[in-house]
Amino acid sequence: MLKEYTSVAEIAGPIMVVEGVSGAKYDELVEIELAGGEIRRGRVLEVDRDRAVVQLFESAQGLDLRQSRVRFLGKVMELGVSEDLLGRVFDGAGRPIDGGPPIIPEKKLPISGEPLNPYSRDYPNEFIQTGISVIDGLNTLVRGQKLPIFSGAGLPHNQIAAQIARQAKVLGEAEEFSVVFGAMGITFEEANFFITDLRKTGALERAVMFINLADDPVIERITTPRLVLTCAEYLAFERDMHVLVILTDMTNYAEALREVSAARKEVPGRRGYPGYMYTDLSTIYERAGRIKGKKGSITQMPILTMPQDDKTHPIPDLTGYITEGQLFLSRELHRKGIYPPFDVLPCLSRLKDKGIGPGKTREDHAGVLNQLYAAYARGVDVREMAAILGEAALSKIDRIYMKFADEFERRFIQQGEYEDRTIIQTLTIGWELLSMLPRGELKRVRDEFIEKYLPKKAEEPVAA
Amino acid sequence: MAIGRIVKVAGPLVVAEGLTDAKMYDVVRVGKERLVGEVIVLDGDLASIQVYEETAGLGPGDPVEGTGEPLSVELGPGLIGSIYDGIQRPLEAIEKRWGAYIRRGVEAAALNRAAKWRFTPTVKKGDTVGEGDIIGTVQETTLVVHKIMIPPGISGTLEEIRSGEFTVEETIALVRDAQGRRHEIKLMQRWPVRKARPYKEKLPSTEPLITGQRVIDTLFPIAKGGTACVPGPFGSGKTVIQHQLAKWADADIIVFVGCGERGNEMTDVLMEFPELEDPKTGEPLMKRTILIANTSNMPVAAREASVYTGITIAEYFRDMGYSVALMADSTSRWAEAMREISGRLEEMPGEEGYPAYLGSRIADFYARAGRVVCLGKPERQASLSAIGAVSPPGGDLSEPVTQNTLRLVKVFWGLDDKLAYRRHFPAINWLTSYSLYAEDLAPYFEQKVGPEWNELRREFMKLLQIEAELEEIVRLVGVEALSPSDRLKLEVARSIREDYLMQSAFDEIDTYTSLKKQLKMMQLIKAFYDWGTRALEQGVDIHQIIDLPVRERIAKAKFIPEGEFDAHFAEIFKELTESFERLMAQKGAYAERVH
Ligand SMILES: Nc1ncnc2c1ncn2[C@@H]1O[C@H](COP(=O)(O)OP(=O)(O)O)[C@@H](O)[C@H]1O
Ligand SMILES: [Mg+2]
Repeated sequence: MLKEYTSVAEIAGPIMVVEGVSGAKYDELVEIELAGGEIRRGRVLEVDRDRAVVQLFESAQGLDLRQSRVRFLGKVMELGVSEDLLGRVFDGAGRPIDGGPPIIPEKKLPISGEPLNPYSRDYPNEFIQTGISVIDGLNTLVRGQKLPIFSGAGLPHNQIAAQIARQAKVLGEAEEFSVVFGAMGITFEEANFFITDLRKTGALERAVMFINLADDPVIERITTPRLVLTCAEYLAFERDMHVLVILTDMTNYAEALREVSAARKEVPGRRGYPGYMYTDLSTIYERAGRIKGKKGSITQMPILTMPQDDKTHPIPDLTGYITEGQLFLSRELHRKGIYPPFDVLPCLSRLKDKGIGPGKTREDHAGVLNQLYAAYARGVDVREMAAILGEAALSKIDRIYMKFADEFERRFIQQGEYEDRTIIQTLTIGWELLSMLPRGELKRVRDEFIEKYLPKKAEEPVAA
Repeated sequence: MAIGRIVKVAGPLVVAEGLTDAKMYDVVRVGKERLVGEVIVLDGDLASIQVYEETAGLGPGDPVEGTGEPLSVELGPGLIGSIYDGIQRPLEAIEKRWGAYIRRGVEAAALNRAAKWRFTPTVKKGDTVGEGDIIGTVQETTLVVHKIMIPPGISGTLEEIRSGEFTVEETIALVRDAQGRRHEIKLMQRWPVRKARPYKEKLPSTEPLITGQRVIDTLFPIAKGGTACVPGPFGSGKTVIQHQLAKWADADIIVFVGCGERGNEMTDVLMEFPELEDPKTGEPLMKRTILIANTSNMPVAAREASVYTGITIAEYFRDMGYSVALMADSTSRWAEAMREISGRLEEMPGEEGYPAYLGSRIADFYARAGRVVCLGKPERQASLSAIGAVSPPGGDLSEPVTQNTLRLVKVFWGLDDKLAYRRHFPAINWLTSYSLYAEDLAPYFEQKVGPEWNELRREFMKLLQIEAELEEIVRLVGVEALSPSDRLKLEVARSIREDYLMQSAFDEIDTYTSLKKQLKMMQLIKAFYDWGTRALEQGVDIHQIIDLPVRERIAKAKFIPEGEFDAHFAEIFKELTESFERLMAQKGAYAERVH
């Protein structure tokens, strides 16, 4: 029988202090029984002689100093896993909310996970075709990558994530992705959008959802992504599945983290977020990838909304320092009515170089990608200059670049929410756009590929 | 040793009482699983310990046992090609024993105890030996001869020396010192990581660390034994630059410390390096490389230690007489680990929560780099170059880690996300970056590469500066309003940027450029500039110069393989000359017709 304590000395937000405790261990799971018999959970954040600081996983509402009974369980928080998780919906703390039966676990896994040995990783290099040109052509996603969407309030990040979940495939393979979805503090409508979309495509049976809505307890959001990833690791590395993890919105997760830190009165780091937020986020994002000798994989697509669209804000900043690239959305393109409104220039896939090229996509891919980037960057510059000086002050070549930028947005970036382009279609659009430029400008593509792929319509040479 | 008891656990920090004989920086074993920890504060009966492993499950009352030893690394044959965590546990052996995830409490010797190495003595019985003396060699890999040295602190007469095959723990020599004590010498020695290894004297730097990266070698060179930092926001190219240096720098030994960064980046090195050839020898690059990987999700205290583990191993190879280069990616994560521990210790926070000793720790680290005369016989010189990535939050260079680093290092490769966004890589900003070695290295380039080198470098720098000024004007009045000679300068500057400074790490040929090829490429651009200037003087229209087809050949010269470069270079040069001569002849004929 576990010892029970009624000596709660303090409750401040998500933090509870219990005194007179003996034998408490760091990080162990704590159960708090309320007067009415309801059970809440938490974990030991610090133990100092007989005083244990406990971080609650669930709301503090209804807890009181005198009647709450605290038990230290001698183990860390775990998730019971089995294949029965597939097709089910849980709340942010892992309780079923779809009316289905409780899961009979095959085994229980600690939700914080263990660091993957870098020696045991297998480098992700299999091209995932998402059917979206900006991703496939310019910021290629590979199986096992962690690639977040940096968005802003009101931008269509959910539609894009759903489109990716719908369309993502590895060429030449029949197997589809299983989706593990984690929602932190999003609205009912947003969550419902994903559920409906997955149901429509029949993907729901291959999906597991953990959903913490905007009006659910904030503090549960700290647990939600860890449940998601524990589930994903089980499916990927013990059940050989290719798992796509979508986590939205990581900004709400970080806010919850800040709340715990503030309640503990820790010295705050930048903009009030704890100094250890980088490390904390890495224990989420690094749980993606491939393992040597294992068939499955975890591809992560976290979504975050940048407060005030500020990319130097600690949440996107620290995320970008950990993830393998990022996809930015642009409010400006969204206003122009362009979907998907990718802010292409700061987008990056760090793993693209090993996922593209002969045998994976096509031999000319790298060159096309670099040339499109360079040309679009110049076009955007010129467009800004033209806004100040007027088009008349531009040289002829600059005018071509400006036109290129417009066409690039209209034809390459823009596509339908249900338009699933093959990589060949994407590269073809790329070459068509490049054919707007004088050939001498194509410095980033090898001559042999220009010969082979550049559409041979007689562009007049640009004389001055 | 006395056994203490835990009184407090807060994350990676444990406080224990009753460790009566503990000293600062002693290694202790914490809890029943004997996790590795290090004493970092002693206060009365209480010792604060940073624990190098996950502390879940530890609690008050659990035992803590001192070892009486500071945190040390094992130095000897078997280091090369290894990948270690922050406290030198071999990740390969850990995988073999425990699988893909790193469990707690794992113990594995850094150097393989079973492997036998062939030791060939270079001294003989009866010789007098002192600290640092080389007494023999082990061919560790096809690229590296491991010199076996008398450890610091030992000297005397060689009573015995053996040759043959030995494990790292077997005795290969006996030294009797002046007090008559006998010291057993083994292939392996140990050294505490927080203490710099001794050398005889420091020397000024005179030779570049040749990296094959044009913007670095030409504009902002680093010396062998020098220090450099690479600050930049995420995605600006810090890691790729560090990897490029690890691949191509002409050092004998590379130590790469992945400190609090991505797991896949270490995997990348692990999978790629054995496939890549050393340009000098054709041998796999892994045969000169040592990796320390304490990625962001591995325990934070071991991240703090990883940088010291790396530099101690680097010093050890320096002591053999080698040129060693160490890359630390990223020093900011190391500083953050310090900050986290300091916060748990409830120390008075300095700027942005970093401890007040941040500056001195960074200084101590970079001070361990340098060109030196090594201890011991035979007399030898060696160098340890240190290159640290810095990851400033929000890319803001005014933050403490960047500022403290800039006070110490002599090369600043400032990465610019604007350049990265337009895929200008390496995104080293040519206007803000600097190398304080440029002057010292000028004679080397002049003598070893070509007398024009330094002049071309100055000219390139000047044109880039002029370009920045002209850009300002263009923004106000448009490019067509510039004089022809200014437009030529803009075109040449663009060519310098795009055709020369820009260099793809992922192109088989472009990834590395020898100094010789760098010089020739510079000469091509300069020749275009000189011819262009003359043509303008003769009245040739600037647009005709801009549109010359030969410019495309100049632009693509970087993709010409090293071996074929001379032939192509001559051809391009010829075409360049002929193109301009033709332009000027036409102009001359036209002028004659008009008159
Ligand atoms: N020299 C280079 N050549 C080509 N691409 C580069 C180069 N340097 C950086 N990149 C591109 O930029 C991306 C980010 O570089 P990385 O070094 O990982 O940035 P950081 O470490 O600063 O976050 C890489 O994945 C690669 O696509
Ligand atoms: Mg990096």
